[in-house]
Amino acid sequence: MTTSAIMHANQAAEWRPPTIFGTRRRRAIVWIGFALYIVWSVTSLDVDAQRILAGIPRAFDILARMFPPNFERWEILLSGMIESIQIAIAASIAGLVLSIPIGICAARNLAPKPIYLAARGLIVAGRTFHEVIIAIFFVKLFGFGPVAGLLTLAFASAIFLGKMLAEDIENMKEGPVEAVRAVGASFGQVIYYAVLPQVIVKSLGVFIYRLDANLRHSTVIGIVGAGGIGQTLSASFSRYDFDFSSAILITIALMVAVGEWFSDWVRRRLR
Amino acid sequence: MSGKQYPSVWQRYSAGERLVQWLWIAGAALAAAWSVSALEIEWAFFADAHEQAADLIERMWPPRWTYFPVIVRPLIETIHIATLGTMISLVFAVPIAFLAARNTTYNQITWLMGRALLVLSRSVNTVIWGLVFVAIFGPGPVAGICAVAARSVGFIAKLIAEAIEEVDHGQVEAIEATGASTLQTYSTAILPQVLPVLIGTTIYRWDINVRESSVLGFVGAGGIGLYLYASINQFAWPQVLVILLAIFVIVIFSEALSGYVRSRIT
Repeated sequence: MTTSAIMHANQAAEWRPPTIFGTRRRRAIVWIGFALYIVWSVTSLDVDAQRILAGIPRAFDILARMFPPNFERWEILLSGMIESIQIAIAASIAGLVLSIPIGICAARNLAPKPIYLAARGLIVAGRTFHEVIIAIFFVKLFGFGPVAGLLTLAFASAIFLGKMLAEDIENMKEGPVEAVRAVGASFGQVIYYAVLPQVIVKSLGVFIYRLDANLRHSTVIGIVGAGGIGQTLSASFSRYDFDFSSAILITIALMVAVGEWFSDWVRRRLR
Repeated sequence: MSGKQYPSVWQRYSAGERLVQWLWIAGAALAAAWSVSALEIEWAFFADAHEQAADLIERMWPPRWTYFPVIVRPLIETIHIATLGTMISLVFAVPIAFLAARNTTYNQITWLMGRALLVLSRSVNTVIWGLVFVAIFGPGPVAGICAVAARSVGFIAKLIAEAIEEVDHGQVEAIEATGASTLQTYSTAILPQVLPVLIGTTIYRWDINVRESSVLGFVGAGGIGLYLYASINQFAWPQVLVILLAIFVIVIFSEALSGYVRSRIT
């Protein structure tokens, strides 16, 4: 008993925590490579140090002008906020409707191979680009305003929800599908009676999450003119109207926090 | 034997259940209708949207590959902004995570402070942080790095804080029993336990940040976004296509790299 304890103690002296790199030499190579990359990235940024130093007093100036936040034009603020919320709700529901065909087509166990590949391609392409990039194209097609924002978020939500739905369908139990097929059900009936009951609860949770995410995104697509509070915020920054900007920022933060709390609450109840 | 009269046609839900379902659908439809009607959509724009889109694609083709050498530097800068922003955010995220975790925070007030920092950081989008930092530091990659860092702190710290709250308490007690100070306990008992979460989250956030920093240039915060925005405003569509393809490649690359590294860790 005691000897084995001593042996353990001796081993402990030599023991080193295992690394994820396999050998310690490989670990050293990875870390040195990483350090070199950081040095390269810092030096290649051509940072103007004087400008940064000049920025520090300016930062205090801006912070001073941001405080106290100016809620005098609360009507503009409120209408921008409501527009953002409307964009988020409409886009989430439109995205949900569009995500159903995308999700079914992108599920390997339901769709034929060519349709599956096409749908997966659409999902990869759609997920890659940031919402703001998609927004700028919708602004070019539909002009400035909330329509472009609505379409952007509807598109992004359809892709996101479709991907989650497809993964859910791929992970479902095959039994109910076979059983419903065995009684001679059509494709639509299979979806309604065998697939839908298995994925609905999780999908609703994902939908609520996306509603919350859309609320967050709807505050930013306004920067390229796609409506909502982001447009108001961007305008206030370019007019150096910093006390109004800080009022908008505080309102956005509050709204996002409430949205997140609501989404967490609903998803906990769904579980 | 009378009992319940069974219907001749099977139906999945009872009348009451179906009523509730229809009420939910009606509620959602009403919410959608309210939202859409208040947005004052000009439906006429939809009539020729497909022609406009086709026209746009036609004008983009073929991509102007001679423009590619111009965007190599901004592309690299985009990745640098994401990396440096993530690194800086990690430095702040670890202490904030310890503040925001119930079992390591000092008292109720520090816990609230930690939580408030998390909410503040997370509820403002990276691009909006970009606006703020461009106002402070002027346009350029520094504003972008700060924006990425400001948004990532909350994300990384929140996930680390959750991991800290779920650490195995036995190890903490064992280290405390040796007379270790609080800092020593944190670094030897808690940090190794949350290290996989810490590294995994950081790499995951890095890959999100590459995507985010591709648009930071829209507000002047450096990277490829500036070139994309300028090309769109000059209607230089063949250039736009080259930039979009380049963004596509770096985003897919970073996603694949982050996925590979994370699969090695866990």
